[in-house]
Amino acid sequence: MSTLTIDHVSRWFGNVVAVNDITMTISPGVTGLLGPNGAGKSTLISMMGGFLAPSTGSVSLDGRPTWRNEKIYEHLGIVPEREGMYDFLTGREFVVANAELHGLGKKAAQRALATVEMEYAQDRKISTYSKGMRQRVKMASALVHEPSVLLLDEPFNGMDPRQRMQLMELLRTMGDEGRTVLFSSHILEEVEQLASHIEVVVAGRHAASGDFRRIRRLMTDRPHRYLVRSSDDRALAAVLIADPSTAGIEVDLEEGALRIQAVDFGRFTTLLPRIAREHGIRLLTVSPSDESLESVFSYLVAA
Amino acid sequence: MYDPTVARLTYRALLGRRRALILFALPLLLIVISVAVRALSGVDDQVASDLLGGFALATMVPIIGVIAGTGAIGPEIDDGSVLYLLSKPVKRPTIIVTKLTVAIAVTMAFSALPTFVAGMILNGNGQQVAVAYTIASLVSSIAYAAIFLLLGTITRHAVVLGLVYALVWEALFGSLVAGARTLSVQQWSLAVAHKAADGGDLVTSDVGLPAAVILLVVVTAGATWYAGQKLRTLTLAGEE
Repeated sequence: MSTLTIDHVSRWFGNVVAVNDITMTISPGVTGLLGPNGAGKSTLISMMGGFLAPSTGSVSLDGRPTWRNEKIYEHLGIVPEREGMYDFLTGREFVVANAELHGLGKKAAQRALATVEMEYAQDRKISTYSKGMRQRVKMASALVHEPSVLLLDEPFNGMDPRQRMQLMELLRTMGDEGRTVLFSSHILEEVEQLASHIEVVVAGRHAASGDFRRIRRLMTDRPHRYLVRSSDDRALAAVLIADPSTAGIEVDLEEGALRIQAVDFGRFTTLLPRIAREHGIRLLTVSPSDESLESVFSYLVAA
Repeated sequence: MYDPTVARLTYRALLGRRRALILFALPLLLIVISVAVRALSGVDDQVASDLLGGFALATMVPIIGVIAGTGAIGPEIDDGSVLYLLSKPVKRPTIIVTKLTVAIAVTMAFSALPTFVAGMILNGNGQQVAVAYTIASLVSSIAYAAIFLLLGTITRHAVVLGLVYALVWEALFGSLVAGARTLSVQQWSLAVAHKAADGGDLVTSDVGLPAAVILLVVVTAGATWYAGQKLRTLTLAGEE
């Protein structure tokens, strides 16, 4: 059982502050590090993994600093986001080399390759791999020494749904075994499916921490705006406004559409199609107008 | 201080990339020129010495050194794959010493060996010219590999800087400014070669042997130590 402690850590590059006074503890189990692109997730993971010195504050693994301390890698595995990985080797050669650098042998490498289900392509050159395959071989290289802490930077990028499920299952198992697994993502659904505990980082700051249900509620309870076009906008508006899930409707004559503000996201999304069908109104456009992740996060920060 | 896995990865990275072609091209060029010179002007110790000193030692060895020295670590740092070496409980100086060993071996193989062959073609080792320049190549391979490995560790522009050093400082500046020759790997190695091969008047150096040996040792050890230190604090940030 290992715990990563991030204590009042800031990191700046020149005048740009990438991580701003973050304090958090990553305990055994699966933790999701959620935040939009450029929020400082990778910088934070680099510091956790000992590849970047905090400008102030400290990062430690079970009390030992991670910076300038190669001993920690006996207990820590890292799956980077970057793609550079000795493309001229085969998958097997790559994982064997990683095992040897840990003082382990071919057996450990083979076990890791089996864990990520890459045995079928292990003798192909890495340069011929798809992004998902590369991701799994990286994963195998981080697992050879069965670390108690595993850090993954955007591990689901470029994976197809099946590979994604597989990796989630693997990380879940590792979390259940008592390992400390931390992965970063900018996609809420990924984090929600996998992590019971979430740390949210926005613009270098620690925006929220805790149970995913609480954070999900914070995220979904905010007012949602939709742009709706239908065969009879005014009739639709009249029925919708009668329901408590809708807080306001504007008839935008210029656009020829309704601008709807929904307060109860879940209820509204099931209500709209039902009402339209019951009243014989045909829906032409339903588009969320502020669903960008940035707006979700900025709402969260303000909350 | 030597890790066979790191060595294996480094050899494959060095000899597997496209820039490895230069490793083969330059020695080949040297051999071709030597054959041509021998065929056109026959055996001439002075010509042999000029060609080995002017092309082999002054140009080919440093360029091979740049490719092997920077190539042993630079591309890995550039594309981030060095992370797989650094995320292991392997001492950083061990990584550097291993890579240095590989870089030295490659530089020697692709510079000293062809220099010897070229020398034999040119004048059949008359007046020990072939042996002397081979020794100079071997000695300078060590220092060049260490200097350029350090350069590859600390800057992304290692190849350009390395070539500027090799061609501008060693070759051009050295021939214009006498003082620059004192700080030249080429001259240090010539001092060693002069002594070791008893090269007579053909293989000479502007630097005395004691100074040359001290400078070679200090530069090689210093560059290696510093590269190890830089690798300990190598920053691998994300792409944000």
